[in-house]
Amino acid sequence: MSVLKLVGISKSFGGTRVFENVDLDVEKGDRIAILGASGSGKSTLLRCINLLETPDAGSIEIGGTKVGSAGRSGLRISERDLQALRLRAGMVFQQFNLFPHMTVAGNVAEGLSTVRRMSRPDARTRAIMELARVGLADKADAYPARLSGGQKQRVAIARALAMDPEILLFDEPTSALDPALVGEVLGVIEQLAEEGRTMLLVTHEIGFAYHVANRILFLAEGGIYESGTPDEVLKHPRRPLTQHFLKEHKRFQF
Amino acid sequence: MNYNWSFAPIFENWQVLAIGAVGTLRLFVICLVIGMGLGLVVALGRRAEARPLRWLSRAFVEVFRNTPVLVQILWFYYALPILAPVEIGPFTAAILGISLNSAAYSAEIFRGGIQSIEPGQWEAARAIAMTPAQVMRRVILPQAVRRIVPALTNRGVEIFKMSTLASVVAYVELLNQGKLIASIYFNPLEVYTIIAALFFLLLYPIVRLTYALERRLARSDA
Ligand SMILES: Nc1ncnc2c1ncn2[C@@H]1O[C@H](COP(=O)(O)OP(=O)(O)O)[C@@H](O)[C@H]1O
Ligand SMILES: [Mg+2]
Repeated sequence: MSVLKLVGISKSFGGTRVFENVDLDVEKGDRIAILGASGSGKSTLLRCINLLETPDAGSIEIGGTKVGSAGRSGLRISERDLQALRLRAGMVFQQFNLFPHMTVAGNVAEGLSTVRRMSRPDARTRAIMELARVGLADKADAYPARLSGGQKQRVAIARALAMDPEILLFDEPTSALDPALVGEVLGVIEQLAEEGRTMLLVTHEIGFAYHVANRILFLAEGGIYESGTPDEVLKHPRRPLTQHFLKEHKRFQF
Repeated sequence: MNYNWSFAPIFENWQVLAIGAVGTLRLFVICLVIGMGLGLVVALGRRAEARPLRWLSRAFVEVFRNTPVLVQILWFYYALPILAPVEIGPFTAAILGISLNSAAYSAEIFRGGIQSIEPGQWEAARAIAMTPAQVMRRVILPQAVRRIVPALTNRGVEIFKMSTLASVVAYVELLNQGKLIASIYFNPLEVYTIIAALFFLLLYPIVRLTYALERRLARSDA
């Protein structure tokens, strides 16, 4: 079953092309790792999927329904389309972006009460359940400023999970973390993968991608430059830029 | 210096000043509420999708920020009734002049506060499917207001002091009542000293209160 389908997605910023004509079909349970040099468009691709950026061309289908309608110049997307799409695609950011004025439980419950119109006590109960899943139920009433980076990112994951997304988008979730804190976040993502969640994961943790992903995309030259199973792309890359990129990554272990 | 201090008439006429103080406080509270409330509305108007709304908000800010409050009060009192079939008393004229000017300044403060919030906050809130209005109300404004409390406090203090401008249209507030006493007893030195002291005594506790508020708000993001 296709969860997400991109057809011919293109994006440029003021005349500078980031990528062109990207096609991607994500099946339920897929765990797709997206690799690529800095500036190759990994973040932009994720941001186009949940429409934090509007693609210049192409179409997005999520859960079998097309997002927006074709307009004269690219996609026409209403506020309602945006909402529907974002409820189905949860996003986790490199910089966590927790709401500093809300408690940890408040952060996780916010979407449930404000968007899903759940009562506050119900939202809190659900939030604490999600926090337990990422091992942070005891921090429910702390403010984000009191947490380590790894804990913040786990709260951000719980915040996304609380909305019951069909697909999770991770944009370098461990790149802002001290090396000592990377493991706890990767542990949570691995556990989600084992539960069969569908996810797109932009990462530089190549060893992790090898273990957890069932497909690897390598972005370069304005598109998906090479893709395949972890064995194909990471162990036996066929194309020169992929080979070069992997050679540059020293921390590379299987 | 051989000066005969004459404070006695002031204390004998304390009711006159008390009436003035009530007038000052009344004007202050109303102008504070309208000034800040309208300021927020105008700040949001400057970010509106609709171009005319943005333009109108911008024009409002520029007009009322770049004309003296004193002139505005006089204009509303003497000029507006000529143009439009309205009756404008001193109180209304003072409210209009001070509130609209304060709204223009507060709008700029709110706008700065809103702009100072990291784009990541918008993105995270949008990513959990909040509408732009929900993001503003639940995520952006609560953080922005915390940051601008000191600037808004300054604005509030200004509003309080601007209330004296209402004496120009003979609105009954502290300064106006002081003038009255001074004109009868010929003791401007004593009267204006007492008026200044009264302003300080009224204003300082209010400002102290906002310091406490600031500390309280700062606690959560420590
Ligand atoms: N909002 C933006 N405005 C202009 N250029 C942008 C913007 N976002 C990204 N870019 C550019 O698009 C390219 C791809 O960026 P990005 O998707 O962030 O790459 P990656 O995540 O792979 O490092 C870069 O050249 C970047 O400078
Ligand atoms: Mg990036």
